[in-house]
Amino acid sequence: MAELDTSGGGGKKGGKVRTKKSNTKVDLTAMVDLAFLLITFFMLTTTLSKPIAMDIAKPDKDVKDETRLELRASQTMTILLGKNNKVAWYMGEAGKSAPEIQSFSQIRQTILDNKQKVKAATGKDIVMVIKPTDGASYQNFVDIMDELLITGIKTAPAIDDVNILDNEKAFMKQEGIL
Amino acid sequence: MSRAKVARKSTSIDMTAMCDVSFLLLTYFILSATAKQPDPLDVKIPSSTYKIKVPEKDISILTIGEGKVFFEVAGPDIKRATLEKMGEQYKISFTEEEKKRFSVIGSFGVPMQSLKQFIMMDSDGRKKSGVETGIPADSVNNQLADWLLQARKSVAELHSEGMRVSLKGDAKEEYPAIKKVIDILQKQKINKFSLITSAEGS
Repeated sequence: MAELDTSGGGGKKGGKVRTKKSNTKVDLTAMVDLAFLLITFFMLTTTLSKPIAMDIAKPDKDVKDETRLELRASQTMTILLGKNNKVAWYMGEAGKSAPEIQSFSQIRQTILDNKQKVKAATGKDIVMVIKPTDGASYQNFVDIMDELLITGIKTAPAIDDVNILDNEKAFMKQEGIL
Repeated sequence: MSRAKVARKSTSIDMTAMCDVSFLLLTYFILSATAKQPDPLDVKIPSSTYKIKVPEKDISILTIGEGKVFFEVAGPDIKRATLEKMGEQYKISFTEEEKKRFSVIGSFGVPMQSLKQFIMMDSDGRKKSGVETGIPADSVNNQLADWLLQARKSVAELHSEGMRVSLKGDAKEEYPAIKKVIDILQKQKINKFSLITSAEGS
């Protein structure tokens, strides 16, 4: 197979008929090929199938004390997760600035832009509020958390699926993503 | 002038050593690969760029898909202790054999009432029987919360560690279904948990 015939032509000399000595060497090339293929397979499956954990911290639900931190409007970006893989985002207070509808591929750039703007304007880090609505899928939620990691948002995002404000709902209904 | 003759050499290489090495490695990888427990619920987990690996000990995994919730807690000793505690709570006594069989079952999703018959089935029967309807998790009959609580107690007693809770949800699952489970977790003051995702681009 992987061997070139290097014996010089078939110059058969007549004479005695000898019993042919059969070669004891086996061609192992195919076997090695197979073995390496299997090694590759097992190596990849053992390392790649390891699932990854994404740590999520949610605010405690029944905190009695009222020492809640107010978020500065100038520092806050709220992202609403809607259906059909769309998100709506706005800066600051709800209702004061019109939300914008975007897809998941565009939101990364938006987050980066807003992060820079906030940093330039206030000198502080941006605070993200994530509000998954009933229309969102689990995939959307994981995706947005992933985007926050990719864009390097260090402050813990506030995940709020309870207090979705009326004007947020109204806007999302109007745009057909709730 | 006669041309200089180039000695013809055989191009075949002795593959024996290479073959030995490759099979040695192959054996190692086969043995080190952990046999994957078949998942009763086929979920397609979303991908992310996070890098933290899921720990193998002191963890429970809630699989969520098709509106059902399946539960698994890692470690045969923890499984056994959890079953004993659940038996006490629900006034069901399990025999030694049942406990032993339960300690090797992976993810399961049966109500407490049919758990006994579920344990005694073989893995094929479990899939076919349709008994796996998910663990009841509504407000009247919240067995999932009990499983979680007992598993946490078992981990705390046996390993003196806090149990990590992780959610393994189907990517297409709607958020309210996930939220329902998260609410159960938060009722028990589990505010920190992890979502299981696959590595991006693999």
